[in-house]
Amino acid sequence: MSDEMRRVTAICNGTVVDHIPGGRAIQVLRMLRLDIGRSNPISMVMNVPSAKLGRKDVLKIEDRELSQEELDRLALIAPAASVAIIRNYRVAEKLKAELGEDLVNIARCSFWNCITQNAREPLPHKLRVVNIEPLEIRCSYCERGQDMDEIVDNIL
Amino acid sequence: MQMIDGYADVAAIRHPQQGAAQYSADAIEIPVLNAGDGAGNHPTQTLLDLFTIREAHGTLEGLNVVLVGDLRYGRTVHSLSHALVRFGATLTLVSPESLRMPSEIVSDLNAGGAEVTETTDLAGTIAEADVIYMTRIQKERFPDEDEYTKVAGIYMLTASDLANSKESMIIMHPLPRVNEIHPSVDSTHHARYFQQAFNGVVARMALLCDCLGVKIPKKVK
Repeated sequence: MSDEMRRVTAICNGTVVDHIPGGRAIQVLRMLRLDIGRSNPISMVMNVPSAKLGRKDVLKIEDRELSQEELDRLALIAPAASVAIIRNYRVAEKLKAELGEDLVNIARCSFWNCITQNAREPLPHKLRVVNIEPLEIRCSYCERGQDMDEIVDNIL
Repeated sequence: MQMIDGYADVAAIRHPQQGAAQYSADAIEIPVLNAGDGAGNHPTQTLLDLFTIREAHGTLEGLNVVLVGDLRYGRTVHSLSHALVRFGATLTLVSPESLRMPSEIVSDLNAGGAEVTETTDLAGTIAEADVIYMTRIQKERFPDEDEYTKVAGIYMLTASDLANSKESMIIMHPLPRVNEIHPSVDSTHHARYFQQAFNGVVARMALLCDCLGVKIPKKVK
């Protein structure tokens, strides 16, 4: 983003997540569990014009570098997101969110009668990416489809 | 299941929750047979269903199969439809709106190249069918009793309904039935559900033999 287009000031250290589909930044915050119990300053820009996406959201998360596991979560909502790790106002690393085939212990299945709803069962929660475009995700056990709102509501 | 893993050579699990068999199979080493998981799947029933169809028609290829009743919660039709697509079946799915086949399964069937038609009208499907597979609408599958009451008894097949059917058409049912097949059908040559039930014994014997490495002779005395 050019300086004249900059809507939020540069951050000294942290993570910038760019190219989030327009309107999905709040879901990203929830998916990354950044919406609760954190004290890091977070700036959010929503629905700005984007040549790539039409409209996009941008997140700037200060004093926190996203982990690979968090990038995996991010990929569910924003598979085309570009992630920059910022150190001392400079881009220290550029990362890509990549959607894997199996999503292990990222979200629980939303189906009320899935075996994984039984709290006594010890195995990991597993969702499976069946199709990328359009995105289709199912529980690996009960095979029920999961929509994105349900996944965000059921993150672990 | 981890205890059973130590005790047995093979496990068969029937469980009210969906996904229980896959979950168990992921947890242990011995073979796990899914004997029905909630409203999910019933693959051993599918094996005996395929055997029954092949006995009657001499082939599994390219048949016109009509699946009737509770396609939403009916696990037998979930597994059977997946299997039939592999043999190029034309599938007609007959159900009330509230009990339509889950969209994930219809999507899989279409992706598998199946010709799938969904309808609420059973009578209009009978003349062209090679197989009519009836299912009962099971009260225990419904989270809401009102939903069950609205659709209970919606499809009932009687002998007179079969007047224009193909000579070779067979009627199947995973049994037990409630009232979806009138007893007048039992004495017609179309009724195949009791033979189908018997085939469950041999199909599951064969499956257990396969899991245990027991060879099955081509001809049994």
